[in-house]
Amino acid sequence: MIRVVLPPHLRTLARVDGDVQLDVETKVTQRSILDALEARYPMLRGTMRDHVTQLRRPLVRFFVCGEDLSHESPDAPLPEAIAKGSEPFVIIGAIAGG
Amino acid sequence: MSNVRILVGTRKGAFILTADGARKRWKVSGPHFAGWEIYHLKGSPADPNRIYASQTSGWFGQIIQRSDNGGKAWNTPGSSAKELKGTDGMPKGESNKFVYDGIPGTHQWYDGTQHPWEFKRVWHLEPSLHDPEHVYAGVEDAALFESKDGGKLWKELSGLRKHDTGPKWQPGAGGMCLHTILLDPQDRQRIFVAISAAGAFRTDDGGGTWKPINNGLHSQYIPDPTAEVGHCVHRIAMHASRPDTLFMQKHWDVMRSDDGGDSWREVSGNLPSDFGFPIDVHAHEPETIYVVPIKSDSEHYPPNSRLRVYRSRTGGNEWEALTKGLPQRNCYVNVLRDAMSVDSLEPCGIYFGTTGGQVYGSADAGDSWKPIMRDLPAVLSVEAQTLP
Repeated sequence: MIRVVLPPHLRTLARVDGDVQLDVETKVTQRSILDALEARYPMLRGTMRDHVTQLRRPLVRFFVCGEDLSHESPDAPLPEAIAKGSEPFVIIGAIAGG
Repeated sequence: MSNVRILVGTRKGAFILTADGARKRWKVSGPHFAGWEIYHLKGSPADPNRIYASQTSGWFGQIIQRSDNGGKAWNTPGSSAKELKGTDGMPKGESNKFVYDGIPGTHQWYDGTQHPWEFKRVWHLEPSLHDPEHVYAGVEDAALFESKDGGKLWKELSGLRKHDTGPKWQPGAGGMCLHTILLDPQDRQRIFVAISAAGAFRTDDGGGTWKPINNGLHSQYIPDPTAEVGHCVHRIAMHASRPDTLFMQKHWDVMRSDDGGDSWREVSGNLPSDFGFPIDVHAHEPETIYVVPIKSDSEHYPPNSRLRVYRSRTGGNEWEALTKGLPQRNCYVNVLRDAMSVDSLEPCGIYFGTTGGQVYGSADAGDSWKPIMRDLPAVLSVEAQTLP
């Protein structure tokens, strides 16, 4: 079971409290997590990555095990701790605007 | 007795203000969508409890919200449990999918180079006069979209953006936005739109083909002041009984057309400044119009720091200042283009919101004003609904 932490605004939009728990059947990557997340919560489509290009929105960041993996390939395997759910996949809105 | 509902979009959420026909005591609900920019909310004339809202964020992009009960509850269209999956098994969730038709092409950028069209946000939502499921969206970068299923799916009316003049359009200071959509109540095929800074356009075939309607506009800030396109039109207004008569607040100049936009003439008259953003028409008097003069394009506050709505009862040229109840010193707020609206009670009510977070209302056609709200986030839009 994978744990995903959404930023507060997306939690409100998806109407969830706390972490989201997801099953990902395939290789655990940024893309497979976001696919599963959007399948469960379609209202999140377009909020984290572009509908058409599937590129991450510029001010959305993905933190994993204390590292910012936003600029890594969306198809790169994520650490075992994410796949096992011992560490969360954290989606945040970047600090911007001063 | 009728009721009034005021839909207020702000930089940090939406607020809904309601009152009975006396319009003295207001109930406030909100913030809805707290923390998000709400560029615009508007109710369907065919079903006032159907309200559409444009919710946007620099972080998370565009969201379309819809209420079917007058703003008590909201949903992103198409996200109910039974609608979660499309026929291909993929999630729908496409109510915020605004994709330009075909290869988007380019428009003029600030430095004169060509720049690709990029969707940024929905500035204005205009529900059909006849069908609550049918709604138009004016977006940045400038284009017109429509949905015929209550906002679940959006399709571009691309004849506008693909007009021959498209590559010459350029953004104004606020971006290249399509901010005004006027639906002709007497001709379902006729729609007027306005774009900053391209100008005004009209379709007579339901959105298939468009023509610029900027003849008579004079803009000294573009190389050819009378060019076919390139004018920074801030807002257009129409009275439902006279759809061929249009009133325009341009960057500078207040203009009027009596032939559906084919030609315009200036009616700024004795205004202290003819710069401004909103313009609106009295609900029952088609020759009574309202503007809020602003000092200049770099000084976005009222002349002499006095907040004055100006009213003309002669369709322009002769204007009177309406000041009772409005701050007459040390006032440095702006009133944005979508932030003025009228109700259709008798006497006509008029409302506007400021960048300082005040919402002012007048229940006597502008003769006197009272603040309904004083300390909201900056107000982006105000829409009045008159309810049975």
